[in-house]
Amino acid sequence: MRKAQGSWEKRILKSLNSMCTELSIPLARKRPVGEQKELLNKWNEMGTDEPDLSLFRPVYAPKDFLEVLINLRNPNYENGDSLSFRTHLGLIQVPLKVKDIPELKEFFVELGLTTGQLGIDDSTQVPPELFENEHVRIGQKVLAEQDGAAAQQYIRQGSPTALRADLWALILNISSQPEDILYYEQLKTNVIQHDLLVDSLIYKDVKLTASNDDYYFVFEDYLYQVLLCFSRDTSVLGHFAYNSASPPKSYIRGKLGLEEYAVFYPPNGVIPFHGFSMYVAPLCFLYHEPSKLYQIFREMYVRFFFRLHSISSHPSGIVSLCLLFETLLQTYLPQLFYHLREIGAQPLRISFKWMVRAFSGYLATDQLLLLWDRILGYNSLEILAVLAAAVFAFRAVNLMEVTSLAAAEAVLADLSTLKVMPLLQIFLFATVT
Amino acid sequence: MAGKVKWVTDIEKSVLINNFEKRGWIQVTENEDWNFYWMSVQTIRNVFSVETGYRLSDDQIVNHFPNHYELTRKDLMVKNIKRYRKELEKEGSPLAEKDENGKYLYLDFVPVTYMLPADYNLFVEEFRKSPSSTWIMKPCGKAQGKGIFLINKLSQIKKWSRDSKTSSFVTQSTKEAYVISLYINNPLLIGGRKFDLRLYVLVSTYRPLRCYMYKLGFCRFCTVKYTPSTSELDNMFVHLTNVAIQKHGEDYNHIHGGKWTVSNLRLYLESTRGKEVTGKLFDEIHWIIVQSLKAVAVSAWRGAELGWGLGRGSFGEVVGPASSWVLPRACQVNASPSLTSSTANDRILKYNLINDTLNIAVPNGEIPDCKWNKSPPKEVLGNYEILYDEELAQGDGADLRSRQGQSLGPKGGRSRDSGRTVLTTWK
Repeated sequence: MRKAQGSWEKRILKSLNSMCTELSIPLARKRPVGEQKELLNKWNEMGTDEPDLSLFRPVYAPKDFLEVLINLRNPNYENGDSLSFRTHLGLIQVPLKVKDIPELKEFFVELGLTTGQLGIDDSTQVPPELFENEHVRIGQKVLAEQDGAAAQQYIRQGSPTALRADLWALILNISSQPEDILYYEQLKTNVIQHDLLVDSLIYKDVKLTASNDDYYFVFEDYLYQVLLCFSRDTSVLGHFAYNSASPPKSYIRGKLGLEEYAVFYPPNGVIPFHGFSMYVAPLCFLYHEPSKLYQIFREMYVRFFFRLHSISSHPSGIVSLCLLFETLLQTYLPQLFYHLREIGAQPLRISFKWMVRAFSGYLATDQLLLLWDRILGYNSLEILAVLAAAVFAFRAVNLMEVTSLAAAEAVLADLSTLKVMPLLQIFLFATVT
Repeated sequence: MAGKVKWVTDIEKSVLINNFEKRGWIQVTENEDWNFYWMSVQTIRNVFSVETGYRLSDDQIVNHFPNHYELTRKDLMVKNIKRYRKELEKEGSPLAEKDENGKYLYLDFVPVTYMLPADYNLFVEEFRKSPSSTWIMKPCGKAQGKGIFLINKLSQIKKWSRDSKTSSFVTQSTKEAYVISLYINNPLLIGGRKFDLRLYVLVSTYRPLRCYMYKLGFCRFCTVKYTPSTSELDNMFVHLTNVAIQKHGEDYNHIHGGKWTVSNLRLYLESTRGKEVTGKLFDEIHWIIVQSLKAVAVSAWRGAELGWGLGRGSFGEVVGPASSWVLPRACQVNASPSLTSSTANDRILKYNLINDTLNIAVPNGEIPDCKWNKSPPKEVLGNYEILYDEELAQGDGADLRSRQGQSLGPKGGRSRDSGRTVLTTWK
């Protein structure tokens, strides 16, 4: 796994370097004073008057990453020559251990049919006395007592909208202390003083994704304020201790290969890819104070999101999620799986982008937040794979009738009307297997 | 089974025509026998003018109340609301209660407004009380943000002064009527931008008042960050949210059109300001709509037959610096919804809006009958919700769990929204 991650990183860096050379733009440069002043003035509206980004392209897109994952092989693993019905017919060929439905039912026990859920039991047809009122009351109590562990347990049943911002902050251990605000201001100063090549990549990404999104376009300027600072935040390097990835290194001009002249590039070690800004966008619905928004995002990234684009064997890593998704589909919806495979529409090719983005930009925001509640509650990203499988199960009838990858994509193009919790509940607890 | 409804319209918009055709209704011309006429505002004025004295027959419906302009012209709206408030005060109604500063507690939802040139001197008096304030000038008879501008100096509106030396008796009468209102210069901003709310309201009768609100309203955002700075007072991209204006801005995006659904707004406000503030805001909005309709119920009803009005309202917003409440202010009502669509989502919304409207106005696709006066069953409402049904309210006085407005008891107070997307439960 580490070898694969290492060579993937080399490729990304090569791509970044060649873009740099082609466009004759340095990876980093200090801004002249005039430019610094200008940027400071524009800080709250960087969305307008953007630089010419036409020559920039994202360093990679999720589908490039998928190709790498598909080609992962374990050289030590002996599968035997014969194909049996145990053979995995999906795209991922790495034999990692993933949970099956009985194990998932146990893991996600609070999502069961007999437990109240926000996202189901708060709909207008259900009288609030049955579940919602009590649930809100408990949430308020948890917040009053600042009990992080209780909050994490509580949020498995979903968070009331009004309490969500505070609950997430509690679970992620974020409290806006003066030193945090100061730290953010320091990052902002770094942005003003130095221009990085990745800044243009961030601009481009926001313009391509969030700016065109019905829900998130309003927050475009916040996204720059968060992501530009994020790139310069060296504290993020800390997460590489438990990440199979390593931060890319760059060398001061003329000193290639000399370790004393190596710096991490970008300073936080994370090269953004196409869609990266969508990790931040939903958070803007919860936090409108930039330094708090920043802290929450950073914590979400180093706890969860980084696993979605690095190669590892972790159960919440993207490889495991892909395998979990494919296994669930092959085991519990075999007809659908075989059919899609036959017509050249491997399901993972469609669901991969959902999982890499944690469904941001695909679900309606209120549904997305209910989903992310459960990521925090269970401290695991496996729910993304389960939801992906549940979506296929939900649209199975239509999918059985398609005859091409394009048609399958079309059936699954619009997830904005889906209600996440009923889908998950039915798939895990109410499907006859 | 009665014959098919015969329809006429003088507005060539597909969202309308597709809806008529899908019901199998028959298109006729206005000179023939028609049941349903979707008229433009111009036509209504002509058809129902005092000279023509046209009377609708028992099986005809039009889409506007003849006197709709009592609510939809900016000056008349303000006049009617001011008159309504005074009437309530005279009756001693608890609704007209004022606070110690003389401000209405429950009916203060229109910004301070004067007509020009008629109230010019009154306006000057008010202006001098707070000379650093900004005011917004709006022509009474125009739409789409045309002709609107902001002022912060008296000299900018010299033209409207009644004793302006440049006027003669002739030009005085042709001087265009404007309303001037105190500009709300601390609007609620989201993402640093100003926005307003566009809501659709259907009135089927004024007496008794029966109106419906469409659940799927939307917010329109400016493309440029808001600033109260005086140097940007003439930058309409900062201050006016009309799509007709914003779409010429550099940053206008054709995919989302700068629009948010009301449910996004709700989610954002609940998440960042809590349920109580959000509930109160929507409560207030519904309250304002009903009170505005009541204010014109007297004049609008005069001469109205079986008509109904589908209008849309714009609300600007205020956030008080000290409190964290968000207060809506009614800015204007438009007689008809804009039937042009700026994005794909728009088109779908408007198509469904007209569809639901027709289901309520012409139930079961039957030939209209002016004697028919029942409330439509719930299934027919589609995305509409009953905003206020006077008949039901008066009959149901004791039912506190009713989701409709109720007649006001002696205390005249209003209870908070119970927290869901239900309409007000006023005690």
